[in-house]
Amino acid sequence: MTGNEAFARGAYEAGVKVAVAYPGTPSTEILENIATEYKDVYAEWAPNEKVALEVAIGASLVGARAMATMKHVGVNVAADPLMTLGYVGVNGGLVLVSCDDPELYSSQNEQDNRHYARFAKIPMFEPSDSQEAKEFLKLGFEVSEKFDTPVMVRSVTRISHSKGIVQLEDPVTPPVKIEIRKQAEKFTMLPSNARVRHRFVEERLLKLKEFAESFSGNRTEINDPSVGIITSGISYQYAKEAFPEYSFLKLGMVWPLPKNLIAEFFKKVKKVIVVEELDPFIEHTLKTMGFKPKGGKDRFPICGELNPLIVEKGMLRQKIKAPRPLFKEPLPPRPPNLCPGCPHRGLFTVLRKLKLFATGDIGCYTLAAYPPLSSLDTCICMGASISQAHGMAKALGDGGRGKFVAVIGDSTFLHSGITPLMNTAYNKSYATTILLDNRTTGMTGSQEHPGTGFTVRGEKTHKIDFVELGKTLGVESVRKVNPWNIEETEKVIKEEIEKDAPSLIITTGPCILMRREFKQYNKPLEIDSSKCMGCKACVNLGCPAISFQKVEGDMAFTKDGKKRKGISHIEPSLCPGCHLCYQVCKFQAIVSQEESPSFGFQTL
Amino acid sequence: MDHQTTNVLVAGVGGQGVILASDIMCEVFMGAGYDVKKSEIHGMAMRGGIVTSHFRFGKKVYSPLIKEGEVDILFAFEQLEGLRWINHVRLNGKILMNDNKVNPPAVNLGEMDYPKNIPEIIQSKFKDFYLVKGTEIALQAGDVRAANVVLLGAMSKLFTIQDSLWLDTILGHLPPKVHDLNRKAFAAGKEQIKAG
Repeated sequence: MTGNEAFARGAYEAGVKVAVAYPGTPSTEILENIATEYKDVYAEWAPNEKVALEVAIGASLVGARAMATMKHVGVNVAADPLMTLGYVGVNGGLVLVSCDDPELYSSQNEQDNRHYARFAKIPMFEPSDSQEAKEFLKLGFEVSEKFDTPVMVRSVTRISHSKGIVQLEDPVTPPVKIEIRKQAEKFTMLPSNARVRHRFVEERLLKLKEFAESFSGNRTEINDPSVGIITSGISYQYAKEAFPEYSFLKLGMVWPLPKNLIAEFFKKVKKVIVVEELDPFIEHTLKTMGFKPKGGKDRFPICGELNPLIVEKGMLRQKIKAPRPLFKEPLPPRPPNLCPGCPHRGLFTVLRKLKLFATGDIGCYTLAAYPPLSSLDTCICMGASISQAHGMAKALGDGGRGKFVAVIGDSTFLHSGITPLMNTAYNKSYATTILLDNRTTGMTGSQEHPGTGFTVRGEKTHKIDFVELGKTLGVESVRKVNPWNIEETEKVIKEEIEKDAPSLIITTGPCILMRREFKQYNKPLEIDSSKCMGCKACVNLGCPAISFQKVEGDMAFTKDGKKRKGISHIEPSLCPGCHLCYQVCKFQAIVSQEESPSFGFQTL
Repeated sequence: MDHQTTNVLVAGVGGQGVILASDIMCEVFMGAGYDVKKSEIHGMAMRGGIVTSHFRFGKKVYSPLIKEGEVDILFAFEQLEGLRWINHVRLNGKILMNDNKVNPPAVNLGEMDYPKNIPEIIQSKFKDFYLVKGTEIALQAGDVRAANVVLLGAMSKLFTIQDSLWLDTILGHLPPKVHDLNRKAFAAGKEQIKAG
């Protein structure tokens, strides 16, 4: 099982009643797995992580075991309820799984969410493999109910997306009865109640410290006493791989830390090294407790993820040499790219042509920042595109009109874009928002959301009407465009950005991978090699199906005798026939195989 | 092999079936009684980027990541991705590579050339190098998606695990209507490797 599959299994075995999430790498598969494998657990996609955690709080309030799962930056969105949830505690056990992304494989930062446990004064478990992912999740529910506290379980990409062997067990029946309870002193955080609960939080933390001393997940392994390694999570595996002979204090619970257990470990070994990924969280805590480890972040980097080699070299205080160079020449990189036929490519081709500044957001379209499109200019967090564009409008004044747009996807818009668009209209902005409605949460691998009309389990449900929503928020000018039609898209954008009023432009092209949205794909386009001038207009769309091939000899001339450096090639197995290239070719060298060339597709 | 861990690095391009292939290897070696771990990066890699999967088996495996420079077997689904990782293979390591090229963006744009003579470069540095016509054979068999099964067939020849365990695991991941095609793909892949 992957770590994420093990978390899903753990939820099932713990008797979780309600599981809620918003998709985000590397956490997405936890809820997907619950939805497909464990029908006894109610599962839903929430529009954002704040809502997800609040839904879980509601379920816990009536006594059900509840779980919210999210990526590290999702916890920022859920931080508001989380900080007060620490005060109110639980009835049914509540676990928040935070999946961090050291090395930023698919994220905008690599924050270390262990800080949240200290900040919210709640316990945090950190598994080292899939087996522990399942075990610690189940223990999380027991600890949550025993101490009246939410519990965080922290994963990282290398736990969530790694596989290991997992022993399965039968599900348990949770001990708490599910019923409505009136407990205003516990759940209504008026200042008078909250002051009392804050004292409870501090007392609870003392009890949790005591619990940590005997917690089975905090394990001492005494071998060679010359070196003792204090570590947790995935770092334990790297250190154990590199130095199986040394002694270990493996912390399964990273907050609060067991002071007595640590003191004993310091007595048993000659010197202590702390091995941890990202911030010196354990190291600093040890130092504030008065311990003096011999090494920590002076040996291991704060930035990026660890691996067995970094741990080995850091322990030995050696520099990492580049691997022996069998092949030295630079290789072409392979960055992620928008798919062939992607509806975003048409829109960004127009934005590039119009030389507009685009405030961007989180999704596949963020990839338009890469060359050759290079037409997305900002990316901060979910929903920020719209608010930033509004801020730009107010700062630039009338001189900025017609020079920039905000670009946001449908799932991101429903996550955090509604409030800023309301603000844009309320505060009389001229900023134009382009909503890329591709009918799915694309980047994380096609998840449903309130705009798709389906639930996580594929049941039909209410579908948001973005036109009506835009108007309700106060945007009078709401227009739809077909993003595969360059002329139409350009015309509408030009008209809307000139207006002295907020506009919402909705692109109607579904994600090319969403088969259910298409009647059929088109036939692949072809290059007429007698006409192609090698001007690269089509190549510069950045479509993976189109390549530039250098030509020599007879091929270096067109049929009319004009010289050319190369010609384009369209790989038929990759081309779904969106016809964008057909529109940008000035030499009629791209041939449609359709009876009447279509700009885009027949969608359902 | 019972007392040490074997490191297999599977490398390719998003969409080639790298992750499924390493999933299958994981199950096969678990079925054969080994401790197994594997780790990979997906997410943004779905959109045509580099996909690598670290697969490790042995008596007891700790890290899911292979230590740099300690790859025993490089299993490459594409030529450039094969070349990209050869610096990480042990000098006496094995390389099994699909004879297939997928252009990266810089090559499509005409800014860089796709490296020439990759098989010859690798052959000159590694004695145990196997070039498999995975994509070509799969196309002949009737479905390019069977390329990873052709490659797994070839890979199976590097180990002593019985074919039935490989085939049962592979077919368990596929709908019944393509079982015959994939049995043939597996057998054809095995024939690509002469040494047993």
